[in-house]
Amino acid sequence: MEVVQMQRGLVDYTKTLFMECFLDAQFLQLQQLQDESNPDFVFEVVSLFFDDSEKLLNDLSMALDQPSVDFKKVDAHVHQLKGSSSSIGAQRVKDACVTFRNFCEEQNIEATLRCLQQVKHEYYLVKNKLETLLRLEQQIVAAGGSIPMIEMGFLKTINMKGKHDSGVVYTVETYGVFCDSTSIRSL
Amino acid sequence: MVVETNFSSPRTDAFPAGLRVLVVDDDPTWLKILEKMLKKCFYEVTTCCLAREALNLLRERKNGYDIVISDVNMPDMDGFKLLEHVGLEMDLPVIMMSVNGETRRVMKGVQHGACDYLLKPIRMKELRNIWQHVFRKKIHEVRDIESLEGIESIHMTRSCSELFDDGHFLGAEDSTSGRKRKDADNKHDDKDLVDPSSTKKARVAWTVDLHQRFVKAVNQIGFDKVGPKKILALMNVPWLTRENVASHLQKYRLYLSRLQKECDIKNSFIGIKHSDPSSKDSTSGSGLHNSMNVIQDNVSNGSFSFSVNNSCVPDVDLKGHEGDGKGITSGPMAESKGTFSIDIPDPHKGKSLQISFDHSHGSVDSVVNLASFGSTDTVQYSWNEVHEIQFKQEYEQLQLENRINQHPLPGLQHDLLTKYLQPAVPVGPGPSVTEKTGTSSGFEFKPMCDEYRSDHIKHSTPTEAAGESHTLNDQVFESICTSTSSMKSQDIIPNHLTESEFSPRNLYDGLGVEDLQLCWLQDDCYAMNSALQGFDCTEYNNPATIPEMPFHLYDAPRFDHEHLFDPAEYYMIDQGLFA
Repeated sequence: MEVVQMQRGLVDYTKTLFMECFLDAQFLQLQQLQDESNPDFVFEVVSLFFDDSEKLLNDLSMALDQPSVDFKKVDAHVHQLKGSSSSIGAQRVKDACVTFRNFCEEQNIEATLRCLQQVKHEYYLVKNKLETLLRLEQQIVAAGGSIPMIEMGFLKTINMKGKHDSGVVYTVETYGVFCDSTSIRSL
Repeated sequence: MVVETNFSSPRTDAFPAGLRVLVVDDDPTWLKILEKMLKKCFYEVTTCCLAREALNLLRERKNGYDIVISDVNMPDMDGFKLLEHVGLEMDLPVIMMSVNGETRRVMKGVQHGACDYLLKPIRMKELRNIWQHVFRKKIHEVRDIESLEGIESIHMTRSCSELFDDGHFLGAEDSTSGRKRKDADNKHDDKDLVDPSSTKKARVAWTVDLHQRFVKAVNQIGFDKVGPKKILALMNVPWLTRENVASHLQKYRLYLSRLQKECDIKNSFIGIKHSDPSSKDSTSGSGLHNSMNVIQDNVSNGSFSFSVNNSCVPDVDLKGHEGDGKGITSGPMAESKGTFSIDIPDPHKGKSLQISFDHSHGSVDSVVNLASFGSTDTVQYSWNEVHEIQFKQEYEQLQLENRINQHPLPGLQHDLLTKYLQPAVPVGPGPSVTEKTGTSSGFEFKPMCDEYRSDHIKHSTPTEAAGESHTLNDQVFESICTSTSSMKSQDIIPNHLTESEFSPRNLYDGLGVEDLQLCWLQDDCYAMNSALQGFDCTEYNNPATIPEMPFHLYDAPRFDHEHLFDPAEYYMIDQGLFA
């Protein structure tokens, strides 16, 4: 019983993550890749992502901290981060990177600094969510249950702009706003 | 997600399962994901995060992989460069990936030879079908070969599995026992070709090493004169058959021509369009031939414009000479040319460029193409250059001269030549190049060529002589064509430049000296020598050999070295041959 409840809880939680665009279909792909031969696949991949991203974020902070900012380098890092985040489906992080790159092109220091903050913010958010999710999964497995799969079809239903029950739908444009203005929406 | 279940081919057992994929990506997360995805497709996956490492892996196991998937943005090497290298050296299909899907980038990928460009995030379904690229390539290869030789049908259709198995035979050392098509005789007669009956000839795996020898031989022989038989002789690889060489030669020529095209664009090289492909070796070397011819004309004019007929090159079917050993160029190169066999066949057989052109052939015909250059020393194809490796060595010597003499592989070579020949290349393979000019019109080059060849060979390995020359030739060929591009060893390029002259030689060497001999040497070649500008043919001094006409007496200056030696290109060319 408990397992079932946990499973349900996990599913709901995962769904909200999708709805709020923390994760996208790529994450589902990863989950589907996980199998008996590789039961910790998602966990391993996500861990790799965390390590890689943190390193990139550090590099970015350093690069932007220089007296004379090398935007090419910054752009390269952001590009990498973009690629990384797309690998696990961290959509918001990826979107933030897109905006970030735009400002890099413009060589706008102020804006890029803000973007960096934004990206960091998104990253920590998604990291937190993923950790929670993985923890839930572990609990289920520990209790003897199996991890429920989310249907791909589910994603289609949330692919709509507009408000959902959760209240806010984050779109790319929204992110753009973040960078342009100093206002930071609470996610 | 079982791929193979969908694929049901009676013959291939598990194809595409078991497809050997090499994944290159600096992002560890993606590497892991891709590995998992590919494994789910039942492919055999190898991952690495550095491009250099990937290249090493590929080189170590020439036939160890069927396809390469690489990211575009990598820290140590640009993905496009890797792409070129792989294409040149190994001729494997390469798929590019990137998070960036801009049209420009995709186009660049395609231009560099990518057979596909995937956008990240990548889905499983996209990976499931990558086997088609491998299959397609095999089919095309077979077709090429078949068209050229007629027999060379690798019987691809026999079965996909065969394809795969054959695909990458281990080359040299590994000879896929049993499957090799034993070309019993090296006679280079086209009739050799007919061996189809036997079985499906095992596909030879052209390892880097083998290819180098091939190029060396080609260079030695002199691109123009190259012919499978000669190359084979020079290569000194026991299990290799003439057909193998011929088909490889063909590819090489194609490769060179491709490079050449690129080079052409880049270089304002000597108007290689030598219109005198007369000697085109119709049989096979025509390709070469053309190039040679071009050179010759140029040579005479002092302008090497070796027009490597790129187009020709394909025909050149280097391998075509299988029967006649003419080497690649044998075609057109009228044997009469005599000696172009850059491979100064005789004298230096051993060491000096062993461009094995077979003097014996007498007809340089194959090489002749070069001969056609005759006077045009112009083309020094830096075939040699093509073989970077070879070249290097050769370059040292004079290769450059040879190159030119070598006779720009028709078409292909031309490109290469230009590439290689880079202006600086005046000195062909051998110092003798200069001699050429002075000396008999005919073969002054020859000596050069020989020298060149020898140089090449020498450089490469004196011992190789025969074998090496092969590579030289290959190189030559390639160099000529690809010289620009394939200069794998980028370092070589600079060397090549000077040596590039040799390159042609190299090319020829491989080509089958027998064939190469042709053309070049025809007196014209010598003109080339002169054209070689500065070759110091002295090395050549093989008077006898000279006739061989260095492949392309390129007008050194003509070559736009810079362009020519585009290592990447060169590399690619080489790759092509290897494939």
